[in-house]
Amino acid sequence: MSGGPAAAGALALEGVSIASRDGRHLVERLDLTVTPGTVATVMGPSGIGKSTLLAYVAGFIDRRAFVAEGRVMIGHERIDTLPAEARHVGILFQDPVLFPHLSVAGNLLFGLPRGRWRHRAERRARVSEALEQAGLGGFEDRDPATLSGGQKARVSLLRTLLAEPRALLLDEPFGKLDAALRADVRAFVFAHARERGLPALLVTHDAEDAEAAGGPVVALAGPGQQFRRPSG
Amino acid sequence: MLLRLAPAATLAVLAGPVVLGLAFTLLPAFGFLPALGGTAFSLDGWRMLFAAPGFATALALTVGTGLATTLLALILAAGLCAAAAHRPGMARLRRLIVPLLASPPSGVALGFAFLAMPSGWLVRLLSPWATGWEVPPTDLVTVGDPYGASIVAALLLKEVPYLALMLFAASATVPVERLTAAARALGRGPATAWATVVFPQLYRQVRLPIFAVLAFSMSVVDVAIIVGPGNPPPLAVLATRWFQGYDLALYHPAAAAATLQFLLVVLAILLWLALERPAAALNRRWLARGSRSRVPGTAAEVAGALAGLLIVLGLLSLLAMLIWSFAGSWRFPAALPDHWQLAVWQGEAGGAAVLAGTSAGIGLAAVAIALVLTLACLENEQRHGLHPGVAVLWLIYLPLIVPQIAFLFGVQVLLIHAGLDGTPAAVVWAHLVFVLPFVFLSLADAYRALDPRYAMTAAAMGAGRWRIFLVVKLPLLARPILVAAAVGFAVSIAQYLPTLFAGAGRVATLTTEAVTLSSGGDRRILGLVAVLQTALPLAAYGLALAIPFLAFRRFRSMA
Repeated sequence: MSGGPAAAGALALEGVSIASRDGRHLVERLDLTVTPGTVATVMGPSGIGKSTLLAYVAGFIDRRAFVAEGRVMIGHERIDTLPAEARHVGILFQDPVLFPHLSVAGNLLFGLPRGRWRHRAERRARVSEALEQAGLGGFEDRDPATLSGGQKARVSLLRTLLAEPRALLLDEPFGKLDAALRADVRAFVFAHARERGLPALLVTHDAEDAEAAGGPVVALAGPGQQFRRPSG
Repeated sequence: MLLRLAPAATLAVLAGPVVLGLAFTLLPAFGFLPALGGTAFSLDGWRMLFAAPGFATALALTVGTGLATTLLALILAAGLCAAAAHRPGMARLRRLIVPLLASPPSGVALGFAFLAMPSGWLVRLLSPWATGWEVPPTDLVTVGDPYGASIVAALLLKEVPYLALMLFAASATVPVERLTAAARALGRGPATAWATVVFPQLYRQVRLPIFAVLAFSMSVVDVAIIVGPGNPPPLAVLATRWFQGYDLALYHPAAAAATLQFLLVVLAILLWLALERPAAALNRRWLARGSRSRVPGTAAEVAGALAGLLIVLGLLSLLAMLIWSFAGSWRFPAALPDHWQLAVWQGEAGGAAVLAGTSAGIGLAAVAIALVLTLACLENEQRHGLHPGVAVLWLIYLPLIVPQIAFLFGVQVLLIHAGLDGTPAAVVWAHLVFVLPFVFLSLADAYRALDPRYAMTAAAMGAGRWRIFLVVKLPLLARPILVAAAVGFAVSIAQYLPTLFAGAGRVATLTTEAVTLSSGGDRRILGLVAVLQTALPLAAYGLALAIPFLAFRRFRSMA
C-alpha cells in the first residue's frame, strides 16, 4: 500500500511494570525497543498479562484493575501520558472488530484522518485504492458480515493502516484463523508493517507466529521471570 | 464536565422525590402541616385513621391482596418458565405476553372486569346452555368481591408476565441447559430439575422485581378502584379518597394512612426476606435427600398450565375492550354484539385524540429525559471504569419499592409550595420518577455488554469519545435503546396516581380517564379508552423493533 507518512520512529518501552490490584506482578521493568519495520513478539501462555501490556501501550488499561508504570515512547515523543485517541497507535484484535453497522467503505473511511483527506471524493478514492491493492477491489459497499474470515482480517488491517498509525499493536490477531489462512494473513500483515516502516508489537502464544515475525522476542512467564532472546 | 454530573442528577430525580415526599407525608401524619394550621405534634390523624369505619378490613385487604398476588405471581411465573424451559414451542409465549406487558394495569383490569362480571364474557360463553341463565345472575358476586380476590386476579394478569419476563432474562446468565441436563441425568424430570436446581439460582436476580411487585400490589390504587370492593376499599384507595376529598380535616388521617402503607410494605418485605432462608433450607434438604419425587415437577407443570390460562384470560380481556369499542347493542347472554358500529370511534375521536395526545406527550417527554440521563450515566460509568454495586441497584428500585401513595402526597405538598402543581411539567417530572428506573434497568445490561473493542478500535484510529459515542455506540445499541424507550413509554402511559397528584386532577390522560369512566361510564367509550391505552405502548414497541430493522436492513448482523 502506498501513501501516508513514514513512521516517525521506534516504539520503545522503558521500565514498564504492570501489576494487578490484587498484587500479582504481570510485567516487571520491561525494556523493549522495536525499530521501524520490525515486528517484536511478546510470548507467554494465556492469562499472563500479554494483552494487558498492549492495553497499556494503546491507552486502554483499566486503572481500577491494574497498577501500571513506565514510559512508552514513539521516536522522541512520550505517549503513555496521552489519551488513547491522541496516541496514533493502531491495534488489531483476535477478531476483526469491523463495525457491523457500516459498509466496508464506511469502516475504512472511519479512521481516515480528516485533516489530510478532506473531500468526500478524495476520501472515497483513497479507500478504493487501498481495497484494490489488497485484492478487495469493488468491496466498498459490502456488508462486513458477508465477508470471509480472511477478507475480514484484511479489511481490519487496512482500516487500521488508513488511520495512519505510528506503531502497530497485534493482540493475537491470527489466533482464530485456520492454519492455511493463518500464514496468509500473517504474511499480509507483516508485509504491510515492514513496507510502511511501522514498529509492530505482537503478542501471541504461538511460537510459529514469533518465528514468522522475525524480530526480538520477549517471553512473559509469570512473576519476575522475563526472558528475552534477540532474534534475527 | 457535564457528564460527571449525570449520576448525581439521576439520583436527584430518583431519590429526591421519594425522600422529600416521604418526609412531607410523614409530617402531616403527626400533625405538622403549617398550611392548614398544623404546627404542633399530634396523633389525631392516627386516631381518626384507626377509628375510620372498616379500617381493620381495609388493612386486611391491603396485606392479604398484596401478599397473595406476589406469592401467586412468583409461583405461576416460575411454573411458566419451568414449563417453557423444556418445550421450545413455549418460547413463542414470550411474544404472546408482549401486549400484556405493554398495556397499563388499569386497562387490563377494565377488560378483566368485563370478563369476570356476572353479565360478563365468561358467564355469557356458558349461558344459557350450561347455566340456564337468560338474565345476568344477581346473586353471583365476582368483580368487587369483599375479599379482594378480583384485585388479585386482575393484578396477576400483569404481574405474572412481568415476573416471567424477569425470570427469562435472568435465565440468560445461568447455564440453564447444563444444569437441567445434569439434574435429569440424575433421574429428575425436566420441570423438577428446573424448579429445584435452576430456580434457586435465578431467585436472587429477580428478588428486587419481586419486591417491586409486592409494593405495587399492596398499594395499587387504579386497579383496586376498578375491580376492588368499594366499602371499605384497600388502604391506598382510602387514603387517595381522603386526599382528593377536598375535606381538609381528612388530610391528617390520609397522611397517616399513607405512612402506614409505607410501613406495611417495609414489614412485608422484611417478612418475605425472613421466609427466604427456611424456604431455601427446605429445598436444600429435599435435594440432599435425593428424592426422586415427582411432586415438584407436577406442581411446576400445573402452575405453568395455570399461568398459560392466565395469559389467555389477559389477552381475552384486551380483546373484550376492543370488541366493546365497536359494539352496537350487545344483549345478555349473546357472546358477541348483535351488531357492530363505528359510532364510538367516530363520535369520540376528538376527545380521545386529545387524551391520547396528552398521554403520548407526557410519555415522550419523560422518556426523552430518562434516556438522556440513563445514557449519560452509563457513558460516564464506562469512561471512568466505574462498577456500580448493589446499593446503586437498590436506589434505582427505590421509587418502585416505596409505595406511590406514601410519597406522592408529600410531593404534591411541595409542588403546591412551588406553585407547580397541575402543570404539565410537574406531571412529566412525576412520571419520570417511575419511567427512569425502567429505562435504566432495561438498557444498562446491553450498554455494559457492548464489546469494548469497538470503542478501543475507534479510539486507536484517533476517534474522540463523543465521536465514538455518537457514531459507534449509539447505532450499535439502537435496538436496546429504542426498546428501553418503549418500555419507559408504556410505564408512563400506565401511571394513574402520579398523574392525579402532580396534575392536581387537572391533567387528564387515557389512564385517569379510564379510571374515572370505570364507575358507570358508557362501556363502549370505556372500550375505546382502554384500547388506546394498550395501542399506544404497543405502537411504541412496534416502532422500537421496526426502526433499527429498516435503518440497518443492509447489515446482516444488525438485523
